[in-house]
Amino acid sequence: MTVLFYLAGSIAVIATLAVIVQTNIVHALLYLILSLLSVAVVFYVLGAPFAAVLEAIVYAGAIMVLFLFVIMMLNLGQHTREQERGWLLPREFAMPALLAAILLGQLLTVISGTDHVIHYQRVGVLEVSALLFGPYVLAVELASILLLAGLVSAYHLAKKQ
Amino acid sequence: MNLDIGSGLTIALILGVVIMVSALLITVERRLLGFWQERLGPNRVGWGGSLQVVADMIKIFTKEDWVPPFADRFSFVMAPAIIMTVILLSFAVVPFAPNIGVIDSNIGILFILAMASLGAYSVMLGGLSSDNKYALLGSLRAAAQMVSYEVFMGISLLGVVALSGSFNLRDIVAAQEGLWFVIPQFIGFVIFLIAGVAESHRLPFDIPEAEQEICAGYHTEYSGMKFGMFFVGEYLGLVLVSSLITVLFFGGWHGPDFLPPVLCFALKSIVFIAFFILLRAAIPRPRYDQLMTYGWLFLLPLSLINLLVTGAIILL
Repeated sequence: MTVLFYLAGSIAVIATLAVIVQTNIVHALLYLILSLLSVAVVFYVLGAPFAAVLEAIVYAGAIMVLFLFVIMMLNLGQHTREQERGWLLPREFAMPALLAAILLGQLLTVISGTDHVIHYQRVGVLEVSALLFGPYVLAVELASILLLAGLVSAYHLAKKQ
Repeated sequence: MNLDIGSGLTIALILGVVIMVSALLITVERRLLGFWQERLGPNRVGWGGSLQVVADMIKIFTKEDWVPPFADRFSFVMAPAIIMTVILLSFAVVPFAPNIGVIDSNIGILFILAMASLGAYSVMLGGLSSDNKYALLGSLRAAAQMVSYEVFMGISLLGVVALSGSFNLRDIVAAQEGLWFVIPQFIGFVIFLIAGVAESHRLPFDIPEAEQEICAGYHTEYSGMKFGMFFVGEYLGLVLVSSLITVLFFGGWHGPDFLPPVLCFALKSIVFIAFFILLRAAIPRPRYDQLMTYGWLFLLPLSLINLLVTGAIILL
């Protein structure tokens, strides 16, 4: 299980890196899907099968499909690849890399202080649902109101004048 | 070696049988369509056309496997592999009999829904990477259709989940010992059937590949074995939907005592496969906007009401 965890974790990191440096937008999107799926595997290995499968259904299966749908509608061609290549210069990476390095350093100090045993605790669908509709019911309702507002505004924007 | 859940022999057998059945369906479907449309169908190769599938396979393997120079090679090659992979992975959680299956998973139904939603990438990437306007139109239609019908497919299954109290397909089959779920969940069954046809984009919902309107849709540019994988993938999807209907609504392996469980399962699934082929022979294709309106304005409210009523009955 520990091997699987580190394997899936490294795939997620490498795939996310590829999303940033990839110039072909469709390939970048495919790497993002791969990254989300490997995060799902990480969840599963840590004992959260429900979170894992929701990650696959909602993020990899629904939201990324809509991203791809928009890319198809825009029909971006070769010229966007050249534009991307023009933006991906090494000097553009200097500042973000410095900031990310500081964060990474902080993260490493925090991690090195704790023990490295993965606490494997299985949380099933029933436990998650009991929490969602028990102590966190207010958050669930708020999220649904937010989605409803998004739905209404999308309907309004799409309506013929 | 013995037949048990997850043993190597079982996995190999399931993989072999599922792919064999899907390949055989190419011939069986054409013969059945011929029967229902009062014509002969392919009957030249072998006894009664039984070797037609071999002839088709030889043809498809020896054809030129061409990648268009204007296509995005990486996505173009990936697309047919995705559909085969996700559908074969879905079969991992299907309980064929008490001792036959690949894994016994607590998130069986959710796993199948996840794989179904990943299957949408196959048709989208196939159309997008082909760089062909008919292919692009086909995959735009496919994306909208699959994303929409996934919603009702998920909601229609929740009634079954509520009645059996589990996402595990084996528990769902066990809960149907006395009464098959098709009786308390008849509306859920009908919605799942319609959504299943739309998800595997077969006639009458084969709008993404409607040949009279947009050539062959998303697989216009495909040839040889890459086309063959889309083709067999469609039949694999048909087998998957039929076996899911058997598991979720028709008692899975339950049946009369003199039949072995796996035979019961196979017979029920074959009935549904034949029914899907009959649908293809009987119903014309709707228009694209009719399909979407029908889904969002009729099936979605119906599946929500079904879920609401089921929940109320369980609580009372």
